[in-house]
Amino acid sequence: MSAVTIDSTRCKGCELCCRVCPQGVLRVAKQINTKGYFPAEVGDGTLCMGCCMCAVVCPDVAIEVRVHGVHYDFLGQ
Amino acid sequence: MTGGEVVFSRPESLRRTPTHYCPGCTHGTAHRLVAEVLDELGIRERTVGVAPVGCAVFAYNYFNCDFLEAAHGRAPAFATGVKRVRPELIVFTYQGDGDLASIGLAEILHAANRGEKFTVVFVNNAIYGMTGGQMAPTTLPGQVTTTCPGGRDVEQVGYPLRVAELLATLRTPGYIARGSLHGPESIIASKRLVRRAFEHQVAGTCFGLVELLSTCPTNWGLTPMAACQWVVDRMIPYYPLGELKRPESATGQVAS
Repeated sequence: MSAVTIDSTRCKGCELCCRVCPQGVLRVAKQINTKGYFPAEVGDGTLCMGCCMCAVVCPDVAIEVRVHGVHYDFLGQ
Repeated sequence: MTGGEVVFSRPESLRRTPTHYCPGCTHGTAHRLVAEVLDELGIRERTVGVAPVGCAVFAYNYFNCDFLEAAHGRAPAFATGVKRVRPELIVFTYQGDGDLASIGLAEILHAANRGEKFTVVFVNNAIYGMTGGQMAPTTLPGQVTTTCPGGRDVEQVGYPLRVAELLATLRTPGYIARGSLHGPESIIASKRLVRRAFEHQVAGTCFGLVELLSTCPTNWGLTPMAACQWVVDRMIPYYPLGELKRPESATGQVAS
């Protein structure tokens, strides 16, 4: 069980995270943020497996990932 | 949801200042890779960065370490000065292709040839971003920009400059590598290259340059997703990825 947190005020709506998410957890919000972009938001968070792909591609470092339980640490050296 | 173990968050070396980059621009990713490497090596307190002129001109607002702002293309000259006066500092320059490959080509070439022991992060997006999408030395053949609306004509202006290959032919030992920022797997691989370049500097081994293929969705006229695909389809065939030179290959031969 994992949790993706998107800082919607930092997000510029480039949708790169939505493209790379293997589980299709992320989607584009219907409401604009304070910058005028449609930010990414978490759809069905229960599908998230904590792979961090969204956070890796996010150019604005707007995504934080927390993991509950076991996960594979492939981002390490 | 709260609780749990944080497996991905903003590195300490990157300030919380929102960047001015366009949506989908991979400059932010390149910033994060450098910041994460500074954190991992524990060198943030003694690091001095040198910002270029170009899109990354405000890099000093985004990194949480000391920074200089260089004249256009002259970041390697600034870095040479800092590194020679204070060799214990970790010095890196962060430059785009308009800055490094065009006006600053003499500085980077001689800094690499002298074997100055600093690290260069070279962001190559094949276009001048900040000034509105003009043709750069790295613009691909046939690529449309505002100053070559019919596509780059190689008969008239020659072929794009492969800076990493050019520097890899120098006899002076150095670490020259090229990565790409178009997707998660290439970003993770690029971070390894950036880390190795900084490790060589920490060990005092050699000059290091990491070229990162980047996207410019605004000036390419593509969506961020299409721009990432464009890097795969067009840029990587011309700019092959990998380590082009390691300090061990001191003969000047390009390593495989």
